[in-house]
Amino acid sequence: MDILITGTVLGGTYALIALGLTLQYGVARIMNLANGENLVLACFCAFWLYTAASINPVIGIAIIAPAAFLLNWLIYVYAMKPLVDRAKNRGQLEVDSILATFGLMFIMQGVMLLVFGGSYFSYNFLSEPVRILGANYGLNRIVALGAAVVIAAGLYLFLYRTRYGTAIRAVSVSPSSASLVAINVPRASAFAFALGGALTAAGGALLSTFYTFNSSMGVIFTMKALIIVIMGGVGDVRGAVLAALLLGLAETAVASLIDPGLTLAATYTLFIIVLLIRPQGIFGRQTA
Amino acid sequence: MERRTLIKTFAASLLAGAVLAGPALAEGTITIGASAPKTGPLAGGSAVTYWPAIQLWVHDVNERGGIDVGGEKMKVELIEYDDRTSNEEAIKNIQRLATVDKVDFIIPPYGTGINLATAPLIAKYGYPHIAVTAVTDGVDEFAARWPNSFWTLGTSEGMATSLVDVMKKMKDAGQINEKVAVVNVADAFGIELANAGKPAFEEAGFDIVYETSYPLQQQDFAPIISSAMNAGPDSFVAFSYPADTFGLTKQAAIAEMPVKVFYTGVATAFPAFAGANGAAANGVMGVGGVNASTEAYQDFAKRQEEVTGVAPDFWASPVQYASLEALEQAITAAGSIDKAAVIEALKSGTFDTIMGEWKFDNNVIRSFWTVGQWQDGAFQGIASKGAGGEAEPIVKSGWK
Amino acid sequence: MTRFSEKEQRVAAFALLGFGAAAAIPLVDDGYYLSLSVNIAMYAVLCTAWTLFSGPTHYISLATAAFFGIGTYTVGLGIDSLPFPLLLAIAGIAAAILAGLVGVATLRLSGVYFVIFTLGLAELVRQVVTWLQTNFTTSVGLYVFTDMTEKHIFWMLLALAAIVYATGWLINRSRLGFAMRIIGNDETVARHVGIDVARSKVILFMVSGAFIGITGAILAPRFAYVEPPSAFNPVISFQVVIMALLGGTGRLWAPLLGVIPFTILFDRISSSFPNHTSLLIGVAFMAIVYFLPRGVIGLIEDFRKPRAGKAGTVAPVPEAAE
Repeated sequence: MDILITGTVLGGTYALIALGLTLQYGVARIMNLANGENLVLACFCAFWLYTAASINPVIGIAIIAPAAFLLNWLIYVYAMKPLVDRAKNRGQLEVDSILATFGLMFIMQGVMLLVFGGSYFSYNFLSEPVRILGANYGLNRIVALGAAVVIAAGLYLFLYRTRYGTAIRAVSVSPSSASLVAINVPRASAFAFALGGALTAAGGALLSTFYTFNSSMGVIFTMKALIIVIMGGVGDVRGAVLAALLLGLAETAVASLIDPGLTLAATYTLFIIVLLIRPQGIFGRQTA
Repeated sequence: MERRTLIKTFAASLLAGAVLAGPALAEGTITIGASAPKTGPLAGGSAVTYWPAIQLWVHDVNERGGIDVGGEKMKVELIEYDDRTSNEEAIKNIQRLATVDKVDFIIPPYGTGINLATAPLIAKYGYPHIAVTAVTDGVDEFAARWPNSFWTLGTSEGMATSLVDVMKKMKDAGQINEKVAVVNVADAFGIELANAGKPAFEEAGFDIVYETSYPLQQQDFAPIISSAMNAGPDSFVAFSYPADTFGLTKQAAIAEMPVKVFYTGVATAFPAFAGANGAAANGVMGVGGVNASTEAYQDFAKRQEEVTGVAPDFWASPVQYASLEALEQAITAAGSIDKAAVIEALKSGTFDTIMGEWKFDNNVIRSFWTVGQWQDGAFQGIASKGAGGEAEPIVKSGWK
Repeated sequence: MTRFSEKEQRVAAFALLGFGAAAAIPLVDDGYYLSLSVNIAMYAVLCTAWTLFSGPTHYISLATAAFFGIGTYTVGLGIDSLPFPLLLAIAGIAAAILAGLVGVATLRLSGVYFVIFTLGLAELVRQVVTWLQTNFTTSVGLYVFTDMTEKHIFWMLLALAAIVYATGWLINRSRLGFAMRIIGNDETVARHVGIDVARSKVILFMVSGAFIGITGAILAPRFAYVEPPSAFNPVISFQVVIMALLGGTGRLWAPLLGVIPFTILFDRISSSFPNHTSLLIGVAFMAIVYFLPRGVIGLIEDFRKPRAGKAGTVAPVPEAAE
């Protein structure tokens, strides 16, 4: 039982890390290696808002997410768009976007190092325990889980129940066909990229309440996010959430029952199994 | 066409950079090179422990007019390189410092692994190698292999057995029971300490009820803390690294882990530890420590914060500074900046540092702090190998 | 097969000259410039070995650190009991076996999955190695003390580079190379003409992995102390991909065009601006991606054929086949 709850909470955290990337990679087709840096930057912003202006991180999202949306919109329009226009095929774009976002990752890391230095940061917010079924859990983690549920549900409703959401999904399936049915593909891609960035930033703000972070830590989050996105099926919100949950549960179970030294091994075994059974990801469509 | 001009300009500026590289040096200055992580996994530690202490020392020396070398005051100029936490970069940086910048002295890198990887090179060029941030049991072997190397921060074995001694006393006094949980990060530091600590615990009559290791960069510690709690120990010992030190402590505080001894590894001595945990930090034990109530330490802490804006830690920061004081005094004693003469001076001299009096015994400082504990906002040393001035350990009571 | 065209002879002479000049470097300087040369030689071998596989298949492998670490560890474990050349061979074989296993499991999947899996592979291997060492031996760090200096390491790397180039050239001339070119252009066509696509890819991946493993083994004495975080440093994987892509992957010697200028560029940046390294490397990087869309080799081809240069991506036409 303990494992189930802890695993679910961890899964919620993973979902926050990965949801943004699934949009950026799935719709805008940018494999954003700077995703983790984006998240850590949001951690710093939340930290700064909380310590300097005593703004509660959950409310802080209202500032951080729109700011991240704008920033990512600009990044897409000025940095990624030229690559998209230039690319002759998806493979070419993949290579270019890996290279470009790798550079972006260094830039963001460099800026954070200049502003915040290299040392560890953390603060205390809602770190009191809540008792669920006889065991204690951090309130901030439960809040993060709740937020993950809200964000995932909101995103799902947006993508599957609104006109613009449907347009975005169309772009993720086939940009060329989408433009045939009068969807403004560049605009939808930019929107998806920016929205992805905003989601990642919101996740970062929530994560900062219980993680200790520093300027060089983004890579860890990027790795986790990539694994989850691929496992869930690129561009599929339901898949990403399910993959995040699965991963959270598997890691917790392995750490509790077998050995904490083998969690990564468990992650990759799971990854391989999923891919061998469903090479297109849990919910992914078979691509032609 | 436009693109090509751009590239040409780019190439030209690169070439210009290559020609102009290396700072122009005034006569009568001592150049000192330092290479350590400014980015990468170890950057979080070196940003607290390594760079600020060095910057403060350079500032201090120059403020008092320089180092006295045979009657002449020579100012110090620092050349810094980032090794990006990579051995290849570190080796290249040391080579550059030695053969291109031709620095007079080198401050060895940050971290055990990189210190060892660069040691043969530093020895080849005959520089004194005063290692600080390297805790290993091989100190005597290394000091013999590289007679130019000096080791200051202690041994893993000393750190672990000292902790066991502290806890044995608490057990004998009836403050804690014999059940202990021992976990460690699966990295050189954690494993060496665990390997030395576990047999010592058993010998001291402790019963290890839970033990495990976890990988570097582990982010989530709920399973470890709850498994340890299920075993019902009075003491929880984690030989951990910075990120996990924070993670384990936060998780234990949330789970309200009912232990009387809570020990974590590297970074427990960081000022950020108290910042991150607030009142919950009180009573937490950790590796390292310092006599935080001495005037020398308090003065050092205050000035480092003023000069660099970064508060020092309660373990290796003052030692890092002390190692540079020893270097400075050895240069003065040698009366020249001849490397071999300075090494001789280091071997035989006695040095007055903020860590007290230092004298190298076969190139090793044998008195060092081993265990500290957060007591009322300061990380007080509670056990050492002959450092003196230990505070009494307190029993951890709750996480509020 | 044994006849060499005039062009091939020219290339061979040129290569010999280049290797000869490089081999003389340690005689001129055995300090910083030698160290820099060792780093360049190391990345040259890694990138070329990487391109052997990733060039024709278009699969981006981030497993370099895993193979490299396996090599380093082989030496770390065996240096006291076995002769060094034997350890190099074992390192190559061990890395090839790992590559074979990974290849069989993942090369049937599409490119993206392969990228991510290889990204995690180094971490996975590192974790398993650490776990084995923690639980079954007494320490994680291994000491590699030898009499070898940077000079010897450099010469060994050069020799290995020569072997890699020769292998690459032979593969290009062989049935396997021909098969790979067809696969690279169109996998479906390849399958229809009866090529065992998966098998060809796995073999190539193993060859590439073996060379990377041997490189790691050669470099182990340089580190003196081998521990999992440095042996399986994921940064190596990324740097290899990036330098190779910057050079261009269409030709066997193209990665070299990425390795030399960019090792020097990054070195210049990190020595001149130690506090802004990340930021400037990032900026330099973005600039390169935008201004050199087809890598350095694209630039050279533009010079060679000023009119025809613009169109199309670099076709995987190897030097020897021209």
